[in-house]
Amino acid sequence: MLVWVFCSLAAPALTSHDPFRFVGEPYLSPGAPGHVFGTDHLGRDMFSRVIYGSRTALLVGLVSAGISALLGILIGAAAGYFGGVIDDLISRSIDVFLMIPVFFLLILATAIFGSNINFVTLAIGLTIWPSNARIMRSQVLTLKTRPYVLASTAAGASPWRLLFTHIIPNGIFPVTVNSALQTGSAMLTEAGLSFLGLGDPNIVSWGQMVQLGQRYLNLSWTMVALPGLALLSLVAGFSLVGDGLTAVANPRLLRGGGTK
Amino acid sequence: MTSNGVLVEASGLKKHYPLRTGFLASFLRSGGRRWVRAVDGIDLQIHRGEAVGLVGESGSGKSTTGLVMALLEKPTAGEVRIAGRNPFALQARDLREMRKKVQIIFQDPYLTLDPRFRVIDTVREPLGIHRIGTRDRRQQMAARALEEAGLPKNLVDRYPHELSGGQRQRVAIARAMVLEPEFVVADEPVSMLDVSVRAGIMSLMVRLKEQHQVTYLFISHDLAVCRYMCERIAVMYLGRIVETGDRESLLQEPFHPYTRLLVSAVPVPDPKASRKRVQVSGEIPSSSEIIQGCGFYSRCQEASPECAESVPPLREVAPGRLVACHKV
Amino acid sequence: MSAKTGPDRPVLLKVEDLSVSYRLSEGQVEAVDGVSFELDRGETLGLVGESGCGKTTAAMAVIRLLPDNGRVTSGRALFDGTDLLQMAAQELRKYRWARISVIFQGAMNSLNPVQRVGDQLVSALMLHGIPRKEAEQRAAEMFQRVGLEASRLTGYPHEFSGGMRQRALIALALLLGPDIVICDEPTTALDVVVQDQVVETLKHLQQRYNQGMIIISHDISVIAETCGSMAVMYAGQLVEYGGTVEIFENPGHPYTAMLLRSFPSIKGELRELLTIAGAPPDLSKPPGGCRFHPRCPLAEQRCRDKRPPARSLGSGRHTASCHFAGQFTLDDIQKKEAGRR
Repeated sequence: MLVWVFCSLAAPALTSHDPFRFVGEPYLSPGAPGHVFGTDHLGRDMFSRVIYGSRTALLVGLVSAGISALLGILIGAAAGYFGGVIDDLISRSIDVFLMIPVFFLLILATAIFGSNINFVTLAIGLTIWPSNARIMRSQVLTLKTRPYVLASTAAGASPWRLLFTHIIPNGIFPVTVNSALQTGSAMLTEAGLSFLGLGDPNIVSWGQMVQLGQRYLNLSWTMVALPGLALLSLVAGFSLVGDGLTAVANPRLLRGGGTK
Repeated sequence: MTSNGVLVEASGLKKHYPLRTGFLASFLRSGGRRWVRAVDGIDLQIHRGEAVGLVGESGSGKSTTGLVMALLEKPTAGEVRIAGRNPFALQARDLREMRKKVQIIFQDPYLTLDPRFRVIDTVREPLGIHRIGTRDRRQQMAARALEEAGLPKNLVDRYPHELSGGQRQRVAIARAMVLEPEFVVADEPVSMLDVSVRAGIMSLMVRLKEQHQVTYLFISHDLAVCRYMCERIAVMYLGRIVETGDRESLLQEPFHPYTRLLVSAVPVPDPKASRKRVQVSGEIPSSSEIIQGCGFYSRCQEASPECAESVPPLREVAPGRLVACHKV
Repeated sequence: MSAKTGPDRPVLLKVEDLSVSYRLSEGQVEAVDGVSFELDRGETLGLVGESGCGKTTAAMAVIRLLPDNGRVTSGRALFDGTDLLQMAAQELRKYRWARISVIFQGAMNSLNPVQRVGDQLVSALMLHGIPRKEAEQRAAEMFQRVGLEASRLTGYPHEFSGGMRQRALIALALLLGPDIVICDEPTTALDVVVQDQVVETLKHLQQRYNQGMIIISHDISVIAETCGSMAVMYAGQLVEYGGTVEIFENPGHPYTAMLLRSFPSIKGELRELLTIAGAPPDLSKPPGGCRFHPRCPLAEQRCRDKRPPARSLGSGRHTASCHFAGQFTLDDIQKKEAGRR
């Protein structure tokens, strides 16, 4: 299944080399010669639209997961390490964030601030960091009392050094797994927004394609199915990456921490 | 400081941890907070070049004392002085300087090294923190510390998971020694090691002490190990020191009832020896209970009413022998 | 590797040439290799060795409580004449606990936390067909025998201290009056004073019930105090076997000799501890011949080539599996060790 993910990842490379006509012959026939996936209602080549859509999906997914990871790690680590009032403040904010239905928040945001894809990506990233923060926080709480951290403290290390060289690197793994999953869900979120018509009209997005295609369902079901399947497979791919990472970690954790 | 002067001194040292009560409970319970009195007032002097053993069972507060003496925890009350200065009253920069002199070796060899750091990097880190020498020089110093600690050369670039427990402990020792400290706190450094490996580590520590003139606070629950490693032994019970003395006289003729109990309970590796057991009743009270008098009162065979009322002070009953008991 | 028995000694358990191997991802691991020992009624046998030497595996193999990936590859375990290793599973189940019982390592942490301790004892008895009233009585009696107040039966495990839980488990193990009790590391993880109380309890019970006891431990002090005979294991092999006093006075195997000198003691003269260089071997690729030879200062070519047979030392059951059994002194070892360095 991981192979699938890599295909999708390679796709943008494929497509940026191919000067496929974005706007082509104006006929609606699917599966026609020269157009593997057919064309859409405006005559645009479906194949290249699906491929270009993957760039969008991946960009949104990876960047927003990245933002979420960065924020989550820093904020969660601060909460876990410094404790006290800082921890209380941060933890309560995390709780609040997790209560609010993120999707509606995003709808609101795009309605107010516009639907530029970069903004959407940023917005998604800014709303999903709490789960990473929580994970990182609990990791930090456990790790900060580990003897090797204390030993570094005894050697004179500053909190920054402790956090960035010892604590965070050792605690980051669950965040990585979570990020893989968040990439998938970010893609779905963007697709959802586009599907509702709130996405960026200037780029190609699978959600947008589904939205456009639904009117023509009885004429060309592939207009909807193709982007849908693409999205499905990419998201599933990332989920499987997450599962794979977890499986890899466990035997290593077991072996690494015990005696021979 | 004179060469036999006091290097490390604790006076009236206390370390209490708050017991986390639930949100509601803290309203309902009158008086609010409960505290775990891990260390409840100790006075201890460690002379330069000495190895003092701190002995006690679990809950005695010995590990916590070690953490405070290693400057990893702040005292709740009382003072610690290292070479005459109070480290907790220092500016951050001065404290950092002082940390070069005070190091610690932990109990669990599987948690004492960062699994992501190569062995050589772990030992190099303290040097890097204090920016001692150049990169190359630090590499050399770390390698030499590892060699002195008896780690085979071919393991120097490996990761902790490739090393055995005993080998990891050697790395921990090398890390503690690389800054050439004056005072090392060793918290049960051999308890989690295989028995045939322990002797090697103990011999190493003795050798290093002689070669580098290090002062040790050796924490252990094992009296036999303490006897081997230390010239003087201090016995802790429920956060307080109940007796100190040089090892032979303390073990041959313990004064405090708890020490007598402890000494009589240690199994001896000699099938023909017989031991006279000291009878005891009851269990160790919890460290969060507030006890007014002597902590051992509830189990002591020789107790009298005054023992329940006032805490016996640690006083000298014979040359070099301090005991905290009303009955001695 | 078998030991001699006296004329009318009631032998309870006779383990002959037991070998156990585990199937691991790295390959086959010969955890136990040709171990033989005997247990008489009223005898306390200590199985001594470091972690990984196979002592627990050997004992578990005898009552067939090995994990799924472990199998007995050879040997017999004769209990009262019948080979436990060949018995049908149904039969064996009747033996377990009723005739042979085990106190597992760290078992004090595996008491059911949501059930009263007394109930755990009683329900175990009832599972063996004993009516409730009688079960409750027996449980109360046994508690007192191990030094716990009967009133404690209504308590939950978290209300018991570590030592008390261990004693509750001893009570549990003795409830049906078994002939053999196997205690795996009964004193590890306990404080000295509590450890002593547990040791006392074990000795007292042993005298009272005259059962056979096997105590598995890495702590030779505990073995010295509780066991009349001992079996020293290293890397899956039995290196020395015999009476405790004899072995301590005259260790016949270099490993035993060095092990005894690597333990500090609070009594006796303060002398330098002996270090055994190296570390126990990887049992998926064990050394040939005598498994101790890579670390043995006395090792010669024949130690690498040929596995030493059990040589008899003195009268009685004392044997040591070494080509030089009984022919070396501690001085020889120390000299050779110094020479090696």
